[in-house]
Amino acid sequence: METSVATELRLGLPGRDRSEAKIISVSNKRSSSEMDDSCDPQQESVVPAQKAQVVGWPPVRSYRKNILQKKAESSSDGSAMFVKVSMDGAPYLRKIDLKFYTNYLDLLKALQSMFKCTIGVYSEREGYDGSEFAPTYEDKDGDWMLVGDVPWEMFVTSCKRMRIMKGSEARGLGCL
Amino acid sequence: MAYSFPEEVLEHVFSFLSSDRDRNAVSLVCKSWYDIERWCRRRIFVGNCYAVSPEIVIRRFPELRAVEMKGKPHFADFNLVPEGWGAYAYPWIAAMEEAYPFLEEIKLKRMVVTDESLELISKSYKSFKVLVLTSCEGFTTDGLASIAANCRHLRELDLRESEVEDLSGHWLSHFPDSCTSLVSLNMSCLGSEVSFCALERLVARSPNLRTLRLNRAVPLERLANLIRRAPQLVELGTGAYSAEIRSDTFSNLADAFSACKQLKALSGFWDVVPSYLPAMYSVCSGITSLNLSYAAIPSSDLVKLISQCQNLQRLWVLDYIEDSGLDALAASCKDLQELRVFPSDPFGAEPNVSLTEQGLVSVSEGCPKLESVLYFCRQMSNAALIAIAKNRPNFIRFRLCIIDPQAPDYLTLEPLDAGFGAIVEKCKELRRLSMTGLLTDRVFKYIGSHAKKLEMLSIAFAGDSDLGLHHVLSGCDSLRKLEIRDCPFGDKALLANAAKLETMRSLWMSSCSVSFGACKLLAQKMPRLNVEVIDERGPPDSRPEGCSVERAYVYRTVASRQRLDMPDFVWTHDEDSSLRYS
Repeated sequence: METSVATELRLGLPGRDRSEAKIISVSNKRSSSEMDDSCDPQQESVVPAQKAQVVGWPPVRSYRKNILQKKAESSSDGSAMFVKVSMDGAPYLRKIDLKFYTNYLDLLKALQSMFKCTIGVYSEREGYDGSEFAPTYEDKDGDWMLVGDVPWEMFVTSCKRMRIMKGSEARGLGCL
Repeated sequence: MAYSFPEEVLEHVFSFLSSDRDRNAVSLVCKSWYDIERWCRRRIFVGNCYAVSPEIVIRRFPELRAVEMKGKPHFADFNLVPEGWGAYAYPWIAAMEEAYPFLEEIKLKRMVVTDESLELISKSYKSFKVLVLTSCEGFTTDGLASIAANCRHLRELDLRESEVEDLSGHWLSHFPDSCTSLVSLNMSCLGSEVSFCALERLVARSPNLRTLRLNRAVPLERLANLIRRAPQLVELGTGAYSAEIRSDTFSNLADAFSACKQLKALSGFWDVVPSYLPAMYSVCSGITSLNLSYAAIPSSDLVKLISQCQNLQRLWVLDYIEDSGLDALAASCKDLQELRVFPSDPFGAEPNVSLTEQGLVSVSEGCPKLESVLYFCRQMSNAALIAIAKNRPNFIRFRLCIIDPQAPDYLTLEPLDAGFGAIVEKCKELRRLSMTGLLTDRVFKYIGSHAKKLEMLSIAFAGDSDLGLHHVLSGCDSLRKLEIRDCPFGDKALLANAAKLETMRSLWMSSCSVSFGACKLLAQKMPRLNVEVIDERGPPDSRPEGCSVERAYVYRTVASRQRLDMPDFVWTHDEDSSLRYS
């Protein structure tokens, strides 16, 4: 191979056997409209979980990208509301956007689908008694609360993160 | 044979031939058939605008009424073709103005169309009827105003997914009151608000209107009135499908929908408020095509709507539908033929929805007529692909996009060769395939051996060596279009299969290992192939010949290989055999 290959810029993925890839930007979630021109490999090692964005990948037409950005922008304060969700026994956490849901029912359905568990029906007196799992959340004051006690809007604004507890552990929360 | 049919009789016989292939075959029989056929051909399709020149077309076919043409290669959709590369419509429009005064239809895809071109179209043809611009760019709403104002007998104005510079919505008001011939209007790609009064009046005076696709700026409150004026609609694209929840708005809308007994296709659905979806329930049983690919709503709401549409044949949807929604789809829509699932968050590092390979497996199991799929997901396994292939040997189009392009089988961590191998082996009628995932040369061996009817193949970040490309070029007998990005394919396979390239429409290779030297050699060897080197780093001969080019676009052509509109980052073979660049 010619030595000039070393100086050649390519539009491929970084990290494979292929020679240097031109990294277009390091993407932050939902900020693909803010394209950063700097090709800084250093940045990658600092934030390993984020992937570099490659030209034309994934192969989504630009008008499709724009539509979804508009949707994200049009939500009340323009940002999504991501919270981390952990489940007892699961090896890794997930993140969900609370703004995407409009009520507890949809949220719980989504959680059940995501974690492949059954959460059961909420009742004011018994909480999620009888279910294998119970959803809880940490609120602004740092207290762990049972999901469903407060009105939906209040929940969305006060929830910092969620934990799906094993039913046995959650029993204590339900009877307060 | 001393006698033959008089020309008029042959012409009459030929008039029953609508397929281009049949007409092309007829014109090869003998000189007199060639001559008769060319005088009576009314429609042509040019798959690559640079494969032929306007002069050649006009000389051969003097009496055309309809021209359909494609410009940029498919990967232009993903920004892989630099701006200014070409595919200008103007030279064609200008040449046809003189040659075809009775031209009625122009359909262009991925071409650069200017306002000047549109104005010329609107003024040149007295009986102009159909303008379809798919994924085109370069014009503004002023150009549309010319079309609206001057084309007295306009039947179709369809701006599918074109990039239009939207100066104002005023263009719509240019349709004169005397224009009552509209059959199809698709303005869904436009941003500006049009005058709702003008739109309502236009719809009201178009009794033949079958297709109406509104843009996002048309609010839901206006939809009922529009539909009410066109109960004969067959295809409707809504605007923004959101409004404050009000019972009168709802019942108005529901009433209007219930009058549309012929509605077959629905699209639009920006900003959906789920509570308004039931307003459409009365038409759902007749719906065969549903495009919900802008509807960012949870799976439960999507499913509620879809399960009303028992006769659905085509569904486009976002991955918010999730595996559970696809299960429901498989259970209720047994007539489904085409499914496209688009990613809601394509650049997110982590999955935001629970959509996996399982959804596709379910649909392939439950929908016996499924033949066309475009599926974006984040994980795939060989087992799933093998199951899908077994379930659905009737696939014609199979396009899979795994967000991480080199993702292995997530269960075994092996390449997905076996999975895609099963697809090409079982699906004997497969015409189009796009692959992603960790793929070695082995998958290309399978493709070369089995995919005999494959016409279009898209490859990205796959393969190990030239052998992969060689398998495809030497094995795929029906291949017409091959597009490759970021694969270690290079000179050897290309040069060894040079003759094959002339049997294809085009080959695109970007970020591969094709050297400038090989491009020159290929162009020298094959005088009817145009080998375009598209490289933004400056003249290719300022680098060593063994250096890989950024992009090579190779296509067969009977026109000059030095097209006059080449920008300064494109090089082609100079007939004087010294490479010239503009």
